Amino acid sequence: MDAQTIVFAILALISLFSGIMVVTRKNPVHSILFLVLMFFCFAGFYVMLGATFLAAIQVLVYAGAIMVLFLFVVMMLNLRDPEALEGGTSFFQTLGFVVAIGFGIVLLAFLAGKPGPGVPTFPPGEAAYALGDAKSLGQELFHNYVFPFEIAGILLLAAVIGAVALAKRERV
Amino acid sequence: MNEIGAFIIEKSAVGVFVFIVLLTIVAYATLGERKIAGFFQDRHGPNRAGPWGLLQVVADGVKFFMKEEFNPDRANKVLFIIAPTFTFMAAGFLMAVIPFGDRMIIGGREVLLQLADINIGILYILAIGSLGVYGIITGGWASNNKYSLMGGLRSSSQMISYEIAMGLAIVALILDHGSFSLRDIVLNQTGPIWNWSVFTHPIGFLIFLVATFAEASRVPFDLPEAENEIVAGYHTEYSAMKFGLFMFGEYVHMTLASGLIATLYFGGWSIPFVATPAEPGIFWGLLTFGVFWAKTLFFMFVFMWVRWTLPRFRYDQLMNLGWKRLIPLGLLNIFVMALILLWTGGAGMD
Repeated sequence: MDAQTIVFAILALISLFSGIMVVTRKNPVHSILFLVLMFFCFAGFYVMLGATFLAAIQVLVYAGAIMVLFLFVVMMLNLRDPEALEGGTSFFQTLGFVVAIGFGIVLLAFLAGKPGPGVPTFPPGEAAYALGDAKSLGQELFHNYVFPFEIAGILLLAAVIGAVALAKRERV
Repeated sequence: MNEIGAFIIEKSAVGVFVFIVLLTIVAYATLGERKIAGFFQDRHGPNRAGPWGLLQVVADGVKFFMKEEFNPDRANKVLFIIAPTFTFMAAGFLMAVIPFGDRMIIGGREVLLQLADINIGILYILAIGSLGVYGIITGGWASNNKYSLMGGLRSSSQMISYEIAMGLAIVALILDHGSFSLRDIVLNQTGPIWNWSVFTHPIGFLIFLVATFAEASRVPFDLPEAENEIVAGYHTEYSAMKFGLFMFGEYVHMTLASGLIATLYFGGWSIPFVATPAEPGIFWGLLTFGVFWAKTLFFMFVFMWVRWTLPRFRYDQLMNLGWKRLIPLGLLNIFVMALILLWTGGAGMD
């Protein structure tokens, strides 16, 4: 057992555990905090793959900004007694369970027989690091993929303008 | 294996050394804060415990441990207990990438007075800085108290707003230095004193300074704990060492934020006009370490100076300043900096 396998195993166990906790907790605040933990583990995977820039962005944007907004909204809604949500299983809970099981079976059937990607090497070597850092990512984005990049930028701009327009609309 | 073992020993030694110095300085910052408050208000400040009140820190520590641990009724107990550690950890994690000193050669081995010189250092700082809010917001929510919740909510919206301004100031800095590594940024600022970024990025420095005050929740941006509106904000229900951890975490954050200002805009550990010697020994390492702390202590003083001079903002003023002043100014700063670099061909152009 070498170092990268151990690190990978620890990260995988924590992310699986927190993933299960996210969907099983009754209290939405607990779910969000476990989701943050899961995003941390993902950042760890990115570092193991040599994508250091992506790892930092993962923590900065997902764990640091989006999840804070989630937490903010959940607290504003202030679900007073999460235990009260308990009760018999509704139709949608059953449906969700069936869909999840079905998706799991399809996923396993697809992956069965294919060679797994294996454990990423750690450290990933010069080539992987050179691919994953900010400089090479920027060069790829602004040389080879400049058109999709600009399109994504326009999409985001449209979303921002739409949000501002919705927020500023006169109440009737 | 030998090489890995030496690496682990080196990093552990540096880590423990830096951590002890940091905690000592943070502990005495709590005393310094009150001494400086006394100075500004024309009184003595704490002077009973030991000579010049130097043992006040020990007295406070003992007091935190001896006080009653109180858990509010119907509070979310797990989150209530874990929240102060979030704040403390998020502040402490910042330590990992700050360059506390230059490299030095001890016994033929090059030792860097920095825990990790990673090529995403600044992004790491921003990422960890954005996590500091979790301790405050979960603490405020778990207390089952409406004032605490208000404090937590205020804190989260304040942090999100000022993080953007801080990021914009840093983008202009990265454009100029062409690197995310904090060590590279310090190395770029060695040499004459006008190499310091504060002279090339005066507007960026101003934005960064204001955003840092907001991120560290210091006056005039301490709305999460505005005592005349919401009792004590997110830590209203906290007592004994749990409150102590919140307070200590806040001081760790302030100390490392001061260190970051010194690193990014005032040359970090570098001494103006003095170059690194060819064979930097342990003396050079400790000298640069001292220079770093001298600059940092100055900015900690600035933090306290502002605290005892300015009144607190109103909430709408805080939001107006963040979104309508600092963010447009930050964007303009990036634009102008990019134009200048395009004109002159800066470090990042190749």
